[in-house]
Amino acid sequence: MSFAFSTIRELRKQLLAKEVHPTELIESLLDQISSVDPKVKAYIHLHPERALEAAKKADISLPLGGVPIAVKDLISVRGEPCTCASRILEGYIAPYDATVIERLRSAGAILLGRTNMDEFAMGSSTENSAWGMTHNPWDLSRVPGGSSGGSAAAVAAHEAIAALGSDTGGSIRQPAAFCGCVGLKPTYGRVSRYGLTAFASSLDQIGPLTKTVADAALLLESIAGADPRDNTCDPEPAPSFSAKLGEEIRGMTLGIPKEYFVSGIDPEVEAATKQAISHLEGLGATLREISLPHTAYSVASYYLVATAEASANLARFDGMRYGRRAKDCDDLLETYGRTREEGFGREVKRRILLGTYALSCGYYDAYYLRAQKVRMRIRQDFLAAFRHCQAIVTPTSPTPAFRLGERAEDPLQMYLADIFTIAVNLAGLCAISLPCGFTQSGLPIGLQIIGPMRQEETILQVGHAYEQSTDWHTLRPSLS
Amino acid sequence: MAKRAFPLLPETGAFRYGYFVPTVAIDVAYVAELARFRLSPEEIETFGSQLEQVLAYVKKLEEVEVREVALIGEEESFQNRLRPDRPLPELTRSEVLENAPQKADGLFLVPRILE
Repeated sequence: MSFAFSTIRELRKQLLAKEVHPTELIESLLDQISSVDPKVKAYIHLHPERALEAAKKADISLPLGGVPIAVKDLISVRGEPCTCASRILEGYIAPYDATVIERLRSAGAILLGRTNMDEFAMGSSTENSAWGMTHNPWDLSRVPGGSSGGSAAAVAAHEAIAALGSDTGGSIRQPAAFCGCVGLKPTYGRVSRYGLTAFASSLDQIGPLTKTVADAALLLESIAGADPRDNTCDPEPAPSFSAKLGEEIRGMTLGIPKEYFVSGIDPEVEAATKQAISHLEGLGATLREISLPHTAYSVASYYLVATAEASANLARFDGMRYGRRAKDCDDLLETYGRTREEGFGREVKRRILLGTYALSCGYYDAYYLRAQKVRMRIRQDFLAAFRHCQAIVTPTSPTPAFRLGERAEDPLQMYLADIFTIAVNLAGLCAISLPCGFTQSGLPIGLQIIGPMRQEETILQVGHAYEQSTDWHTLRPSLS
Repeated sequence: MAKRAFPLLPETGAFRYGYFVPTVAIDVAYVAELARFRLSPEEIETFGSQLEQVLAYVKKLEEVEVREVALIGEEESFQNRLRPDRPLPELTRSEVLENAPQKADGLFLVPRILE
């Protein structure tokens, strides 16, 4: 059997027992990639020689020694492209390692390649990539979700043992749900953003996409923790995220927000989520209905806050110091204008326009400031709810994976795909998505478990308890 | 770029789904000028109507009572943190210039801004 189908923990045992050499492992993965990636298109840059070279020298005594990891294309890896799936960064080579990459390297991980994404992480389907779309491994006519769609599809199609993604409004959890893998968005500040190309700085967080909850804990342990190069990074040392795995959840109170089970949610998603909630009750958890009254305002608040921050963050792509510069321009303004016109895709332009508008004179109070205040209300809802429960359980997405092209030119419908994940970013919380069933037509459904700030151990404990007593995570796409 | 006051456009609306949905007019071409990129006539039209729909949607934020909301919290996550002002190892000049679209004599070459 190919090693590509293993989890990090299984591989670590095999590596330590010398049942597999890291080189064989990379070869296994490269075989799997060459057989399925022409259909899935999860990777946009692959470095087989560099990975094989690193495998030869791998120190398997380290926590991730010999384990290959795929990385979303907006995290800087020294000497490699970091295009953010945008033409404006075509040809750009990152001159330094992101903090998470330094940490993966010192944990012994091997970097295998860069995964596809929505341009600058703006999207929920990975259709907004300058390098083409990624396909859902469970149904190639459907989207893998986004924006970390390449990372989720690579893990689900066993083209990667695990991957890193980034989550600004659901970009790790929603593709994990659509592709039937595990995705964790850490608490804001848990993982350094140094070397992560900024989309919305007050919301962005790097996190793992893995095959199991235990692997998510392991990968998070390697990348989390204080970093003086990111002042928003939590100065507290990161705990052992695996510590509570295997502890039973008997006696724990789980909150079920009534606002997350309203009309508009797909009946199969609703049924699978409710069944998962009953299952958690069967494991001894106490269920408690809670209210998050400002839920209906989260998408509106998010699309003003995130686009406002994006319009400022993306001002740096001006063709002066790096990336693409339009040719044969007469003056500076024409150079800016044409460089950005040619370099940015449609969704990026839409969001910069919305953010510029929300921040502009005469509209700042009405849009941006109000959105920030509503964000505080959303945060207060969660703080109040967590007085009565240790974690909150919801669907990850209101629907299973939709068809490629279905929402491409309907931005509002696309934004509503993130309705259950966005509030977590606005409130700075942590949350995990894990498989909790399939639709009749064979599409994965994701369960979201939300925890208070710095309570990753709790959501990992609940997720692990659910996962280990079900077998959704063992199913594989046929990819035929 | 032509200097002009930001146009405060009146609200408009359209009949969609059988009832009147208010939209917020947005001068997309002007906002694009502020954001320093050019748009094609097709993009001005398409983005205009798409962003009007999004702006109509975000108007629902007006329903939320926010008069007493302060934008600072009690938790430490809202406090500024400073680090010692000590130089750290940084990229060299040649590493920084490696990605420059145009360079000369160890400097970035940029379009002329003074006549």
